[in-house]
Amino acid sequence: MKNAVGRDIPESLLTGGREVYQGKNYMDGRYIQKAAPYTRRCETPRESKLTESIAKALKDCGAKSGMTFSFHHHLRDGDYVVNMVMKSAIEELGLTDLTIAATSLGAAHDPVAGYIEQGRVIGIQTSGIRGRIGEVVSAGRLKTPAVIRSHGGRPRAIEGGEVHIDIAFIAAPTSDCMGNCRGIGGKSNCGSLGYAMTDAKYADHVVVITDCLVDFPNMPASVEAIDVDSVVVVGSIGDSRKIASAAARISQNPRDLMMAENVAKVIASTPYFKDGFSFQTGVGGPSLAANLFLEKYMDERNIKMGWAIGGICGPMVELLKKGKVGKVIDVQDFDLDGVNSINQTPGHFEMSASQYANPANKGAFVNKLDYVVLAALEIDTGFNVNVLTGSDGVLRGAPGGHPDTAAGSKCCIIVTPLIRGRMATVCEHVVTVTTPGDCVDVLVTDYGIAVNPTRPDLAACLDAAKIPHVTIEELKEKAYSLVGRPDDLEWEDQVVAVLEARDGTILDVVRKIKPYT
Amino acid sequence: MIPRPRPERFRLRRTMMFMNAQKPGLIKDAYIYGCDSIMLDLEDAVAENQKDAARFSLYHALKTIDYGDTEVIVRINGLDTPHWQEDIRVCVAGGADGIRIAKCESAQDVLTVEQAVETAEEEFAVEKGRTLLMAALESPKGILNAYEICSASERMFGVAISGGDFRKCMQTTPQRGGVDMLAARGQMLLAARAAGIQCFDTVFTDLDDEEGFQAEVLQNKAMGFDGKSLINPRQIRFVHQVFAPTEKEIIQAEKILLAYREQSAAGVGVFTVDGKMIDIAFIPGAKRTIQLAKACGMYEEGAL
Repeated sequence: MKNAVGRDIPESLLTGGREVYQGKNYMDGRYIQKAAPYTRRCETPRESKLTESIAKALKDCGAKSGMTFSFHHHLRDGDYVVNMVMKSAIEELGLTDLTIAATSLGAAHDPVAGYIEQGRVIGIQTSGIRGRIGEVVSAGRLKTPAVIRSHGGRPRAIEGGEVHIDIAFIAAPTSDCMGNCRGIGGKSNCGSLGYAMTDAKYADHVVVITDCLVDFPNMPASVEAIDVDSVVVVGSIGDSRKIASAAARISQNPRDLMMAENVAKVIASTPYFKDGFSFQTGVGGPSLAANLFLEKYMDERNIKMGWAIGGICGPMVELLKKGKVGKVIDVQDFDLDGVNSINQTPGHFEMSASQYANPANKGAFVNKLDYVVLAALEIDTGFNVNVLTGSDGVLRGAPGGHPDTAAGSKCCIIVTPLIRGRMATVCEHVVTVTTPGDCVDVLVTDYGIAVNPTRPDLAACLDAAKIPHVTIEELKEKAYSLVGRPDDLEWEDQVVAVLEARDGTILDVVRKIKPYT
Repeated sequence: MIPRPRPERFRLRRTMMFMNAQKPGLIKDAYIYGCDSIMLDLEDAVAENQKDAARFSLYHALKTIDYGDTEVIVRINGLDTPHWQEDIRVCVAGGADGIRIAKCESAQDVLTVEQAVETAEEEFAVEKGRTLLMAALESPKGILNAYEICSASERMFGVAISGGDFRKCMQTTPQRGGVDMLAARGQMLLAARAAGIQCFDTVFTDLDDEEGFQAEVLQNKAMGFDGKSLINPRQIRFVHQVFAPTEKEIIQAEKILLAYREQSAAGVGVFTVDGKMIDIAFIPGAKRTIQLAKACGMYEEGAL
């Protein structure tokens, strides 16, 4: 069945009331029944929840084959916890048929690919999928299709009972003996623990894994002891060099800077650019550099940013310290400046992924966002964006908060070079739709700017500010004229991943790729 | 094949950005940054054993990339090398707008290149006279011969000083305030203006020294240069900003041209604008101001 972005969704997936994507805000106003968390009474006073090993904690939590384990990715490419837990569950306890529900999976988790190939891991639910896991899933080796959800779609699915977490694992830079966790104060600091919060509230069991046990109580706690079953102390939860870079540096690449400047120009031309505006940007070259140019316009107009959200890094913390942004609300930190600032710099707060982006609650931050600046692997002439599959059709990306911020913000700007290597970024049809075109407003490339025809109001703003813009078709033609038009990818029938829109409808599927001959 | 418009001898050349002709990633779309001219380099940026590879990528860039309104000039190897003749053939065959003669020291150097260009134009059936020339003065001798160089050929559109080599000859280094090249810059400007061609300043190589760069650009503008050679797109914006005319200048130029149009139709050669005497000598300056203003996005098509 064709959905609102023209993707053919197999009928076999449309069971149990599941629908295909119908367009932005389709579910608005509907009532839902949240899942009631299952918990355990701990009436007898306990001195400590310290447990000697992950295997023991698994046993204490009744781990068995067929269960769903959840993880969060604040330790990013430095994470050791997923591998430690899976190794223990599979190799020590002999469990099988496990499902991993993670906020993101990457190269740090390559060993999991082996468990998929052995059939020990049969399900993957994630907001990001890279490295070997992406490759084996794309090769059709996972028993059930992977489910890809946005950072807002994931807590929606958990709270709504679509994902039932048997055991949530919290990678905690610091914890006390009862399981109060924080992302700072230890040796593997990551700052915010926002993605782990909903998991801890809704999982049947919660196991904290830390490499820095601190005195009770570890306050203010990001994950609270009232939700935690066991605390396991290990040598190291991650490689701190890969958890947070020293400082996210603003690009010096002239192409990035030019695009960033144009992003700022576009923003400054729109009516939402007034005192107290809100903003989110990514950490990619041109997205991050937009901060720099935006600050100039803010100074010029003598206005301040009201608040900023998202993954946070140094340049945003700088703005906060200079008093140019009122509050920073943080679901993840990308560098040590962000890590060292959260809950320390006045005005720098932590939030959960649900509070950040969940479309099924009554007030996610993204829905009050004025601007978001996002990157793209590909964008097509319908303004649909792909941030999941590579040009070879293999899973190697992360929707993350992309679809949520795009849908919620008043002005969503995609910034990307027109071509990358020999591939056109602006194309006829993206390989996979991860953010639907009805959520995307402006495209800024190194070869020109295009405004979504659904936003004539923004086009008029650009005209008034004398910012030249062209149609997205012109940009596509330019791209193809430079690097040619690639042959279409060829797919097998087998669906290897289902891509949910943030509201839970099916936006697209990824099929097994036919080997190139 | 991308047809290039016929090169204009006199056009806006505030910024000339150098790019190694051997780097496809750089030259494929150098025009997107908005410089007036790009300078594809076959000379110093290219290693001795890569000269042929650079020519090859240059030729195909010229033939396949649509540089639009951006002027495409090629810096060829010096006349004391075994490369310059083949460089010229490639430039002409590819349809470069102009050739920059490196290490030019005399009118004869210009004529030597002109002869080779003419031969190449014939060989590749390129319209005779299409390929423009400019000279880079890199030695005291070049500076002293500036006037004869500037007036050596109808193809010459401009002259530039090349600071690196020149300072070495003069046994000096870049100085704040530009005293190291003050005399040379001045002499070259005099010669260029006397010969009626454009004049461009050398590159500023320390990308971290924003303040020094800006001071030099301001001085260039004050001395009367038409533009500057650049090594990084990040430098373009400031030069364009400095070389943009002021609002007052634009209004004045517009008044002069409108009055001239009216008066000359009525057969009047000398007239006044805002109480100042204006004659035909003011017209080129006023036209240049309006052209600049248009290029800077400060003047919309309309009155003129």
